[in-house]
Amino acid sequence: MFEELLNSPFYQRTLAAAAFIGFTNGFFSGFVVLRRNALSVSALSHTMLPGIALGIWVTGYLSQWNAFIGALFAALLVGLGSVAVARGKRIAEGTSLAVLYTAAFAAGVAILPKLETRSELEHWLFGDILAIANSDLWLAYSMGAVILIAGNLLMRPILLTLFEPNVAAAQGVPTRTMQYLVFMMLVLALVSSLQAVGCVLSVGLLVTPAATVSLLTDKTSALFWGGGLIGGIGSVIAVLLSGYFGISPGPAIVILLGILFILAYLFSPKYGLLVPKFIFNRRP
Amino acid sequence: MIEGLTVSYRDILALDGVSFATSCGNRVALVGPNGAGKSTLLKAIAGLVTRQSGNILWRGTSVQKWSREFAYLPQREEIDWSFPITVRGLVEMGRYPQTGWWRKFSNEDQAAVDKALESLNLMDLQDRQIRELSGGQQQRAFLARALAQEAHVLLLDEPFTGLDRNASILLGDLLAKLAAEGRLIIASHHDLGSAPLLFDEVLVINTQQVGFGDVASVLTPSLISKTFAVTETQSHV
Repeated sequence: MFEELLNSPFYQRTLAAAAFIGFTNGFFSGFVVLRRNALSVSALSHTMLPGIALGIWVTGYLSQWNAFIGALFAALLVGLGSVAVARGKRIAEGTSLAVLYTAAFAAGVAILPKLETRSELEHWLFGDILAIANSDLWLAYSMGAVILIAGNLLMRPILLTLFEPNVAAAQGVPTRTMQYLVFMMLVLALVSSLQAVGCVLSVGLLVTPAATVSLLTDKTSALFWGGGLIGGIGSVIAVLLSGYFGISPGPAIVILLGILFILAYLFSPKYGLLVPKFIFNRRP
Repeated sequence: MIEGLTVSYRDILALDGVSFATSCGNRVALVGPNGAGKSTLLKAIAGLVTRQSGNILWRGTSVQKWSREFAYLPQREEIDWSFPITVRGLVEMGRYPQTGWWRKFSNEDQAAVDKALESLNLMDLQDRQIRELSGGQQQRAFLARALAQEAHVLLLDEPFTGLDRNASILLGDLLAKLAAEGRLIIASHHDLGSAPLLFDEVLVINTQQVGFGDVASVLTPSLISKTFAVTETQSHV
Protein backbone atom coordinates (compact mmCIF):
# COMPACT_ATOMS: atom_id res chain seq x y z
CA MET A 1 0.00 0.00 0.00
CA PHE A 2 2.77 2.41 0.99
CA GLU A 3 4.94 1.29 -1.92
CA GLU A 4 2.06 1.90 -4.27
CA LEU A 5 1.82 5.39 -2.86
CA LEU A 6 5.53 5.99 -3.40
CA ASN A 7 5.27 4.97 -7.03
CA SER A 8 2.38 7.25 -7.81
CA PRO A 9 3.33 10.40 -9.72
CA PHE A 10 0.99 12.40 -7.47
CA TYR A 11 2.91 11.38 -4.43
CA GLN A 12 6.24 12.06 -6.11
CA ARG A 13 5.01 15.52 -6.99
CA THR A 14 4.03 15.97 -3.37
CA LEU A 15 7.50 15.00 -2.22
CA ALA A 16 9.13 17.37 -4.70
CA ALA A 17 6.88 20.16 -3.48
CA ALA A 18 7.68 19.36 0.15
CA ALA A 19 11.41 19.39 -0.53
CA PHE A 20 11.36 22.67 -2.42
CA ILE A 21 8.88 24.58 -0.28
CA GLY A 22 10.59 23.27 2.85
CA PHE A 23 13.99 24.37 1.58
CA THR A 24 12.89 27.85 0.53
CA ASN A 25 11.02 28.51 3.73
CA GLY A 26 13.84 27.07 5.80
CA PHE A 27 16.33 29.29 4.00
CA PHE A 28 14.22 32.37 4.61
CA SER A 29 13.71 31.44 8.26
CA GLY A 30 17.32 32.60 8.68
CA PHE A 31 16.16 36.17 8.08
CA VAL A 32 13.20 35.71 10.42
CA VAL A 33 15.50 34.53 13.21
CA LEU A 34 17.98 37.36 12.58
CA ARG A 35 15.24 39.98 12.52
CA ARG A 36 13.67 38.49 15.64
CA ASN A 37 10.23 39.06 14.21
CA ALA A 38 8.70 35.62 14.46
CA LEU A 39 5.59 37.18 15.98
CA SER A 40 5.04 39.48 13.04
CA VAL A 41 5.38 36.47 10.74
CA SER A 42 2.61 34.88 12.73
CA ALA A 43 0.48 38.01 12.38
CA LEU A 44 1.06 38.12 8.63
CA SER A 45 0.21 34.47 8.16
CA HIS A 46 -3.15 35.04 9.78
CA THR A 47 -3.70 37.99 7.49
CA MET A 48 -3.60 35.66 4.52
CA LEU A 49 -6.87 34.00 5.49
CA PRO A 50 -9.00 37.15 5.09
CA GLY A 51 -6.94 37.78 1.96
CA ILE A 52 -8.06 34.48 0.49
CA ALA A 53 -11.64 35.14 1.57
CA LEU A 54 -11.45 38.51 -0.12
CA GLY A 55 -10.12 36.90 -3.29
CA ILE A 56 -13.04 34.49 -3.39
CA TRP A 57 -15.54 37.21 -2.58
CA VAL A 58 -14.34 39.50 -5.33
CA THR A 59 -14.07 36.86 -8.06
CA GLY A 60 -16.94 34.67 -6.88
CA TYR A 61 -15.07 31.39 -6.98
CA LEU A 62 -12.14 29.64 -5.37
CA SER A 63 -9.09 28.94 -7.48
CA GLN A 64 -5.42 28.67 -6.69
CA TRP A 65 -4.63 31.90 -8.38
CA ASN A 66 -7.23 34.18 -6.86
CA ALA A 67 -6.52 32.69 -3.45
CA PHE A 68 -2.82 33.36 -3.92
CA ILE A 69 -3.40 36.86 -5.17
CA GLY A 70 -5.82 37.62 -2.35
CA ALA A 71 -3.36 36.34 0.23
CA LEU A 72 -0.52 38.25 -1.34
CA PHE A 73 -2.57 41.42 -1.47
CA ALA A 74 -3.70 41.23 2.16
CA ALA A 75 -0.26 40.33 3.48
CA LEU A 76 1.40 43.11 1.51
CA LEU A 77 -1.22 45.63 2.56
CA VAL A 78 -0.89 44.77 6.23
CA GLY A 79 2.85 44.10 6.21
CA LEU A 80 4.01 47.12 4.26
CA GLY A 81 1.33 49.25 5.87
CA SER A 82 2.64 48.42 9.31
CA VAL A 83 6.21 49.22 8.27
CA ALA A 84 5.05 52.53 6.82
CA VAL A 85 3.06 53.45 9.94
CA ALA A 86 6.02 52.52 12.13
CA ARG A 87 8.28 54.80 10.07
CA GLY A 88 6.49 57.70 11.75
CA LYS A 89 8.39 56.64 14.91
CA ARG A 90 5.37 57.39 17.09
CA ILE A 91 4.00 53.83 16.81
CA ALA A 92 6.20 50.75 17.18
CA GLU A 93 6.16 48.28 14.29
CA GLY A 94 4.72 45.51 16.46
CA THR A 95 1.91 47.78 17.58
CA SER A 96 0.96 48.92 14.09
CA LEU A 97 1.16 45.35 12.81
CA ALA A 98 -1.12 44.09 15.58
CA VAL A 99 -3.68 46.81 14.86
CA LEU A 100 -3.69 46.27 11.12
CA TYR A 101 -3.68 42.48 11.16
CA THR A 102 -6.53 42.14 13.63
CA ALA A 103 -8.52 44.65 11.57
CA ALA A 104 -7.82 42.63 8.43
CA PHE A 105 -8.69 39.41 10.20
CA ALA A 106 -11.96 40.95 11.38
CA ALA A 107 -12.73 41.92 7.81
CA GLY A 108 -12.09 38.33 6.76
CA VAL A 109 -14.39 37.03 9.48
CA ALA A 110 -17.08 39.44 8.29
CA ILE A 111 -16.77 38.23 4.71
CA LEU A 112 -16.63 34.50 5.51
CA PRO A 113 -20.38 33.86 6.05
CA LYS A 114 -21.10 35.36 2.64
CA LEU A 115 -19.04 32.75 0.84
CA GLU A 116 -20.48 29.62 -0.68
CA THR A 117 -17.14 27.83 -0.79
CA ARG A 118 -16.64 28.14 2.94
CA SER A 119 -15.90 24.47 3.53
CA GLU A 120 -12.92 24.54 1.19
CA LEU A 121 -11.31 27.22 3.27
CA GLU A 122 -10.19 24.57 5.69
CA HIS A 123 -7.87 23.46 2.95
CA TRP A 124 -6.22 26.90 3.07
CA LEU A 125 -6.14 26.99 6.83
CA PHE A 126 -4.17 23.80 7.20
CA GLY A 127 -2.88 23.14 3.70
CA ASP A 128 -3.19 20.09 1.52
CA ILE A 129 0.09 19.26 -0.10
CA LEU A 130 -1.30 15.97 -1.49
CA ALA A 131 -3.68 17.96 -3.67
CA ILE A 132 -0.91 20.06 -5.17
CA ALA A 133 -1.33 20.57 -8.90
CA ASN A 134 1.38 21.20 -11.45
CA SER A 135 0.42 24.86 -11.66
CA ASP A 136 0.76 25.23 -7.87
CA LEU A 137 4.12 23.59 -8.05
CA TRP A 138 5.34 26.01 -10.68
CA LEU A 139 4.03 28.94 -8.69
CA ALA A 140 5.84 27.71 -5.59
CA TYR A 141 9.00 27.11 -7.62
CA SER A 142 9.04 30.59 -9.06
CA MET A 143 8.37 32.28 -5.73
CA GLY A 144 11.04 30.14 -4.13
CA ALA A 145 13.49 30.99 -6.89
CA VAL A 146 12.91 34.71 -6.35
CA ILE A 147 13.56 34.31 -2.62
CA LEU A 148 16.68 32.21 -3.04
CA ILE A 149 18.20 34.41 -5.74
CA ALA A 150 17.39 37.75 -4.10
CA GLY A 151 18.34 36.45 -0.67
CA ASN A 152 21.73 35.27 -1.88
CA LEU A 153 22.56 38.24 -4.09
CA LEU A 154 21.72 40.74 -1.39
CA MET A 155 22.94 38.73 1.58
CA ARG A 156 25.71 41.16 2.57
CA PRO A 157 23.72 44.41 2.50
CA ILE A 158 20.81 42.69 4.24
CA LEU A 159 23.03 41.27 6.98
CA LEU A 160 24.68 44.65 7.49
CA THR A 161 21.27 46.33 7.63
CA LEU A 162 20.01 43.87 10.22
CA PHE A 163 23.16 44.04 12.35
CA GLU A 164 24.07 47.72 12.25
CA PRO A 165 21.53 49.80 10.33
CA ASN A 166 23.35 53.11 10.80
CA VAL A 167 26.72 51.75 9.70
CA ALA A 168 25.03 50.11 6.72
CA ALA A 169 23.35 53.39 5.80
CA ALA A 170 26.66 55.24 6.07
CA GLN A 171 28.25 52.76 3.69
CA GLY A 172 25.60 53.54 1.13
CA VAL A 173 23.35 50.51 1.65
CA PRO A 174 19.74 51.55 0.95
CA THR A 175 18.58 50.21 4.30
CA ARG A 176 14.93 51.17 3.81
CA THR A 177 14.79 49.31 0.52
CA MET A 178 16.45 46.32 2.15
CA GLN A 179 13.85 46.27 4.92
CA TYR A 180 10.96 46.40 2.45
CA LEU A 181 12.65 43.75 0.37
CA VAL A 182 12.97 41.35 3.29
CA PHE A 183 9.30 41.96 3.98
CA MET A 184 8.38 41.22 0.36
CA MET A 185 10.38 38.01 0.45
CA LEU A 186 8.65 37.04 3.67
CA VAL A 187 5.23 37.46 2.08
CA LEU A 188 6.31 35.42 -0.94
CA ALA A 189 7.60 32.68 1.35
CA LEU A 190 4.35 32.66 3.30
CA VAL A 191 2.23 32.43 0.17
CA SER A 192 4.40 29.69 -1.30
CA SER A 193 3.97 27.60 1.83
CA LEU A 194 0.16 27.98 1.83
CA GLN A 195 -0.40 24.87 -0.21
CA ALA A 196 1.90 22.76 1.92
CA VAL A 197 0.93 23.64 5.45
CA GLY A 198 -1.80 26.27 5.19
CA CYS A 199 -1.73 29.78 6.52
CA VAL A 200 -1.99 28.93 10.21
CA LEU A 201 0.90 26.47 10.23
CA SER A 202 3.11 28.31 7.73
CA VAL A 203 4.74 30.12 10.65
CA GLY A 204 6.21 26.81 11.79
CA LEU A 205 7.93 26.29 8.45
CA LEU A 206 9.16 29.90 8.40
CA VAL A 207 10.62 30.09 11.89
CA THR A 208 11.54 26.64 13.18
CA PRO A 209 14.33 25.53 10.80
CA ALA A 210 16.73 28.43 11.44
CA ALA A 211 15.73 28.55 15.09
CA THR A 212 16.90 24.95 15.32
CA VAL A 213 20.15 25.75 13.51
CA SER A 214 20.81 28.71 15.82
CA LEU A 215 20.96 26.23 18.69
CA LEU A 216 23.64 24.24 16.88
CA THR A 217 26.02 26.79 15.39
CA ASP A 218 26.99 30.47 15.50
CA LYS A 219 27.86 30.71 11.82
CA THR A 220 25.51 33.20 10.21
CA SER A 221 25.50 31.53 6.78
CA ALA A 222 24.57 28.19 8.40
CA LEU A 223 21.28 29.72 9.52
CA PHE A 224 20.25 30.00 5.89
CA TRP A 225 21.68 26.86 4.30
CA GLY A 226 21.24 24.71 7.39
CA GLY A 227 17.72 26.06 7.79
CA GLY A 228 17.02 25.19 4.16
CA LEU A 229 18.32 21.65 4.60
CA ILE A 230 16.35 21.07 7.80
CA GLY A 231 13.23 22.55 6.21
CA GLY A 232 13.59 20.55 2.98
CA ILE A 233 14.67 17.20 4.37
CA GLY A 234 12.36 17.51 7.38
CA SER A 235 9.37 18.20 5.13
CA VAL A 236 10.10 15.20 2.89
CA ILE A 237 10.52 12.86 5.85
CA ALA A 238 7.37 14.25 7.45
CA VAL A 239 5.36 13.67 4.26
CA LEU A 240 6.68 10.09 4.04
CA LEU A 241 5.85 9.42 7.68
CA SER A 242 2.42 10.97 7.29
CA GLY A 243 1.74 8.65 4.35
CA TYR A 244 2.91 5.69 6.38
CA PHE A 245 0.88 6.54 9.45
CA GLY A 246 -2.04 7.99 7.56
CA ILE A 247 -2.06 11.48 9.08
CA SER A 248 -2.26 14.86 7.34
CA PRO A 249 1.09 15.91 5.87
CA GLY A 250 0.81 19.63 6.74
CA PRO A 251 0.62 19.15 10.50
CA ALA A 252 3.16 16.32 10.22
CA ILE A 253 5.74 18.72 8.74
CA VAL A 254 5.32 21.26 11.51
CA ILE A 255 5.27 18.59 14.23
CA LEU A 256 8.50 17.02 12.93
CA LEU A 257 10.24 20.41 12.72
CA GLY A 258 9.06 21.17 16.24
CA ILE A 259 10.45 17.87 17.51
CA LEU A 260 13.81 18.59 15.84
CA PHE A 261 13.86 22.00 17.53
CA ILE A 262 13.17 20.51 20.95
CA LEU A 263 15.87 17.87 20.40
CA ALA A 264 18.36 20.60 19.51
CA TYR A 265 17.26 22.61 22.52
CA LEU A 266 17.90 19.65 24.80
CA PHE A 267 20.94 18.03 23.21
CA SER A 268 22.82 20.69 21.23
CA PRO A 269 26.53 20.13 21.96
CA LYS A 270 27.02 23.80 22.64
CA TYR A 271 23.77 25.22 23.93
CA GLY A 272 21.82 22.09 24.90
CA LEU A 273 19.93 22.17 28.18
CA LEU A 274 20.92 18.61 29.05
CA VAL A 275 24.55 18.83 27.99
CA PRO A 276 27.00 19.60 30.79
CA LYS A 277 28.32 23.10 30.21
CA PHE A 278 31.78 22.68 31.68
CA ILE A 279 32.92 20.33 28.92
CA PHE A 280 32.38 22.81 26.15
CA ASN A 281 33.09 26.10 27.86
CA ARG A 282 36.69 25.19 28.32
CA ARG A 283 37.82 26.14 24.89
CA PRO A 284 41.14 27.92 24.43
CA MET B 1 41.26 68.24 9.94
CA ILE B 2 37.76 69.27 10.88
CA GLU B 3 36.27 72.65 10.18
CA GLY B 4 33.15 74.17 11.71
CA LEU B 5 31.20 70.96 12.13
CA THR B 6 27.56 71.47 13.11
CA VAL B 7 24.91 68.81 13.68
CA SER B 8 21.29 69.13 14.82
CA TYR B 9 18.66 66.55 15.62
CA ARG B 10 15.40 68.07 14.40
CA ASP B 11 15.55 71.44 16.18
CA ILE B 12 18.01 70.50 18.86
CA LEU B 13 21.53 71.66 18.26
CA ALA B 14 23.80 68.78 19.21
CA LEU B 15 27.09 70.10 17.98
CA ASP B 16 28.02 73.63 17.06
CA GLY B 17 31.01 74.68 15.04
CA VAL B 18 33.61 72.19 16.15
CA SER B 19 36.99 72.69 14.46
CA PHE B 20 40.28 71.00 15.12
CA ALA B 21 43.26 69.69 13.25
CA THR B 22 45.31 66.67 14.12
CA SER B 23 47.40 64.13 12.29
CA CYS B 24 47.98 60.41 11.98
CA GLY B 25 49.74 58.72 14.84
CA ASN B 26 47.81 60.69 17.42
CA ARG B 27 45.35 59.52 20.00
CA VAL B 28 42.72 62.15 20.60
CA ALA B 29 40.43 61.97 23.63
CA LEU B 30 36.99 63.45 23.27
CA VAL B 31 35.92 64.81 26.62
CA GLY B 32 32.79 66.54 27.79
CA PRO B 33 29.77 66.15 30.06
CA ASN B 34 26.87 63.84 29.21
CA GLY B 35 24.89 65.13 26.27
CA ALA B 36 27.79 67.31 25.16
CA GLY B 37 27.72 65.74 21.70
CA LYS B 38 30.68 63.37 21.94
CA SER B 39 28.90 60.46 20.29
CA THR B 40 27.34 62.83 17.77
CA LEU B 41 30.75 64.17 16.81
CA LEU B 42 32.13 60.65 16.31
CA LYS B 43 29.10 59.65 14.26
CA ALA B 44 29.32 62.84 12.21
CA ILE B 45 32.96 62.17 11.37
CA ALA B 46 32.09 58.56 10.54
CA GLY B 47 29.26 59.72 8.30
CA LEU B 48 26.52 58.05 10.34
CA VAL B 49 24.64 61.30 10.97
CA THR B 50 24.22 64.12 8.49
CA ARG B 51 26.14 67.30 9.03
CA GLN B 52 24.40 70.65 8.56
CA SER B 53 27.60 72.44 7.85
CA GLY B 54 31.29 72.01 8.18
CA ASN B 55 33.98 70.11 6.42
CA ILE B 56 36.09 67.10 7.10
CA LEU B 57 39.39 67.25 5.32
CA TRP B 58 41.29 64.00 5.13
CA ARG B 59 44.61 63.92 3.31
CA GLY B 60 43.76 67.18 1.64
CA THR B 61 40.41 66.10 0.24
CA SER B 62 36.98 66.72 1.62
CA VAL B 63 35.13 63.65 2.88
CA GLN B 64 31.54 64.08 1.80
CA LYS B 65 29.69 61.23 3.42
CA TRP B 66 31.54 58.08 4.20
CA SER B 67 35.05 56.88 3.69
CA ARG B 68 36.37 53.37 3.99
CA GLU B 69 39.34 54.82 5.81
CA PHE B 70 37.13 55.84 8.72
CA ALA B 71 35.90 53.10 11.03
CA TYR B 72 33.37 53.69 13.76
CA LEU B 73 33.17 51.45 16.82
CA PRO B 74 29.83 51.90 18.55
CA GLN B 75 29.16 52.05 22.26
CA ARG B 76 28.65 48.65 23.83
CA GLU B 77 24.93 49.02 24.39
CA GLU B 78 24.32 49.89 20.75
CA ILE B 79 25.44 46.47 19.59
CA ASP B 80 23.13 43.50 19.32
CA TRP B 81 25.43 41.00 21.04
CA SER B 82 23.09 38.06 20.59
CA PHE B 83 23.22 38.39 16.78
CA PRO B 84 24.32 34.95 15.56
CA ILE B 85 27.68 35.96 14.21
CA THR B 86 31.14 34.69 15.03
CA VAL B 87 34.20 36.86 15.61
CA ARG B 88 35.47 35.88 12.18
CA GLY B 89 32.11 36.69 10.61
CA LEU B 90 32.22 40.13 12.22
CA VAL B 91 35.74 40.81 10.97
CA GLU B 92 34.71 39.61 7.49
CA MET B 93 32.05 42.33 7.52
CA GLY B 94 34.93 44.79 7.50
CA ARG B 95 35.75 43.56 3.99
CA TYR B 96 32.26 44.25 2.62
CA PRO B 97 33.18 47.78 1.46
CA GLN B 98 36.00 46.24 -0.61
CA THR B 99 34.12 43.23 -1.89
CA GLY B 100 30.90 45.08 -2.60
CA TRP B 101 27.63 43.18 -2.52
CA TRP B 102 28.48 40.25 -4.72
CA ARG B 103 32.16 39.65 -5.28
CA LYS B 104 33.40 36.43 -3.78
CA PHE B 105 35.85 36.60 -0.90
CA SER B 106 39.29 36.47 -2.53
CA ASN B 107 42.46 35.10 -0.98
CA GLU B 108 43.44 38.68 -0.40
CA ASP B 109 40.28 39.29 1.61
CA GLN B 110 40.85 36.15 3.65
CA ALA B 111 44.44 37.17 4.25
CA ALA B 112 43.33 40.61 5.46
CA VAL B 113 40.87 38.98 7.86
CA ASP B 114 43.55 36.58 9.12
CA LYS B 115 46.01 39.41 9.58
CA ALA B 116 43.52 41.51 11.52
CA LEU B 117 42.61 38.57 13.76
CA GLU B 118 46.26 37.76 14.31
CA SER B 119 47.39 41.26 15.15
CA LEU B 120 44.64 41.55 17.75
CA ASN B 121 45.34 38.10 19.12
CA LEU B 122 41.91 36.77 18.26
CA MET B 123 42.86 33.72 16.20
CA ASP B 124 41.88 31.26 18.94
CA LEU B 125 38.58 33.05 19.50
CA GLN B 126 37.54 33.42 15.86
CA ASP B 127 34.75 30.84 16.01
CA ARG B 128 33.14 32.24 19.12
CA GLN B 129 29.83 34.01 19.02
CA ILE B 130 30.43 37.67 19.88
CA ARG B 131 28.56 37.51 23.18
CA GLU B 132 30.88 34.78 24.42
CA LEU B 133 33.78 37.22 24.65
CA SER B 134 34.92 39.35 27.55
CA GLY B 135 34.49 43.12 27.28
CA GLY B 136 38.10 43.63 26.23
CA GLN B 137 37.89 40.88 23.64
CA GLN B 138 34.72 42.40 22.23
CA GLN B 139 36.51 45.73 21.77
CA ARG B 140 39.35 43.90 20.03
CA ALA B 141 36.91 42.10 17.74
CA PHE B 142 35.49 45.42 16.55
CA LEU B 143 39.00 46.86 16.23
CA ALA B 144 39.91 43.82 14.12
CA ARG B 145 36.99 44.61 11.85
CA ALA B 146 38.31 48.15 11.48
CA LEU B 147 41.75 46.78 10.57
CA ALA B 148 40.25 44.37 8.03
CA GLN B 149 38.51 47.39 6.55
CA GLU B 150 41.97 48.98 6.26
CA ALA B 151 40.75 52.03 8.12
CA HIS B 152 43.21 54.70 9.14
CA VAL B 153 40.95 56.71 11.40
CA LEU B 154 39.44 54.76 14.28
CA LEU B 155 36.48 56.43 15.93
CA LEU B 156 35.70 54.78 19.25
CA ASP B 157 32.72 55.59 21.42
CA GLU B 158 33.58 55.09 25.11
CA PRO B 159 35.91 52.14 24.49
CA PHE B 160 37.07 51.96 28.10
CA THR B 161 33.61 51.88 29.66
CA GLY B 162 32.84 48.59 31.37
CA LEU B 163 36.38 47.21 31.13
CA ASP B 164 38.16 46.02 34.24
CA ARG B 165 41.61 47.33 35.15
CA ASN B 166 43.63 44.75 33.26
CA ALA B 167 41.49 44.96 30.15
CA SER B 168 41.80 48.76 30.23
CA ILE B 169 45.56 48.57 30.39
CA LEU B 170 45.63 46.08 27.50
CA LEU B 171 43.34 48.24 25.39
CA GLY B 172 45.44 51.31 26.22
CA ASP B 173 48.59 49.54 25.03
CA LEU B 174 46.79 48.35 21.93
CA LEU B 175 45.60 51.84 21.01
CA ALA B 176 49.14 53.13 21.52
CA LYS B 177 50.42 50.42 19.16
CA LEU B 178 47.76 51.15 16.53
CA ALA B 179 48.59 54.85 16.70
CA ALA B 180 52.31 54.15 16.48
CA GLU B 181 51.61 52.26 13.25
CA GLY B 182 50.29 55.50 11.81
CA ARG B 183 46.59 55.45 12.58
CA LEU B 184 44.60 58.29 14.01
CA ILE B 185 42.51 57.37 17.02
CA ILE B 186 39.65 59.53 18.24
CA ALA B 187 37.81 58.18 21.27
CA SER B 188 35.24 59.62 23.60
CA HIS B 189 36.36 59.21 27.17
CA HIS B 190 34.76 60.09 30.46
CA ASP B 191 37.54 59.38 32.92
CA LEU B 192 39.56 62.59 33.06
CA GLY B 193 42.08 61.03 35.44
CA SER B 194 43.31 58.44 32.96
CA ALA B 195 43.19 60.70 29.89
CA PRO B 196 46.83 61.89 30.15
CA LEU B 197 48.03 58.28 30.24
CA LEU B 198 45.95 57.02 27.36
CA PHE B 199 45.85 59.94 24.93
CA ASP B 200 48.14 62.49 23.28
CA GLU B 201 45.63 65.20 22.56
CA VAL B 202 42.26 66.14 23.97
CA LEU B 203 39.22 67.86 22.52
CA VAL B 204 36.85 69.24 25.12
CA ILE B 205 33.34 69.89 23.89
CA ASN B 206 30.08 70.93 25.41
CA THR B 207 27.94 71.32 22.29
CA GLN B 208 30.47 73.98 21.40
CA GLN B 209 34.16 73.45 21.40
CA VAL B 210 35.77 74.32 24.72
CA GLY B 211 39.39 73.45 24.14
CA PHE B 212 41.78 71.42 22.02
CA GLY B 213 45.45 70.57 22.31
CA ASP B 214 47.91 68.52 24.30
CA VAL B 215 46.25 66.69 27.16
CA ALA B 216 48.40 68.31 29.81
CA SER B 217 47.96 71.88 28.60
CA VAL B 218 44.22 71.67 27.90
CA LEU B 219 42.88 69.70 30.84
CA THR B 220 43.50 72.38 33.44
CA PRO B 221 41.43 72.39 36.62
CA SER B 222 39.78 75.68 35.72
CA LEU B 223 38.70 74.47 32.28
CA ILE B 224 37.36 71.21 33.72
CA SER B 225 35.32 72.90 36.43
CA LYS B 226 34.00 75.43 33.92
CA THR B 227 32.95 72.82 31.37
CA PHE B 228 31.40 70.37 33.73
CA ALA B 229 29.82 72.92 36.09
CA VAL B 230 27.92 74.69 33.31
CA THR B 231 25.99 71.54 32.48
CA GLU B 232 25.19 71.05 36.12
CA THR B 233 23.23 74.31 36.18
CA GLN B 234 21.80 73.69 32.71
CA SER B 235 20.39 70.37 33.75
CA HIS B 236 18.44 72.02 36.53
CA VAL B 237 16.81 74.63 34.32
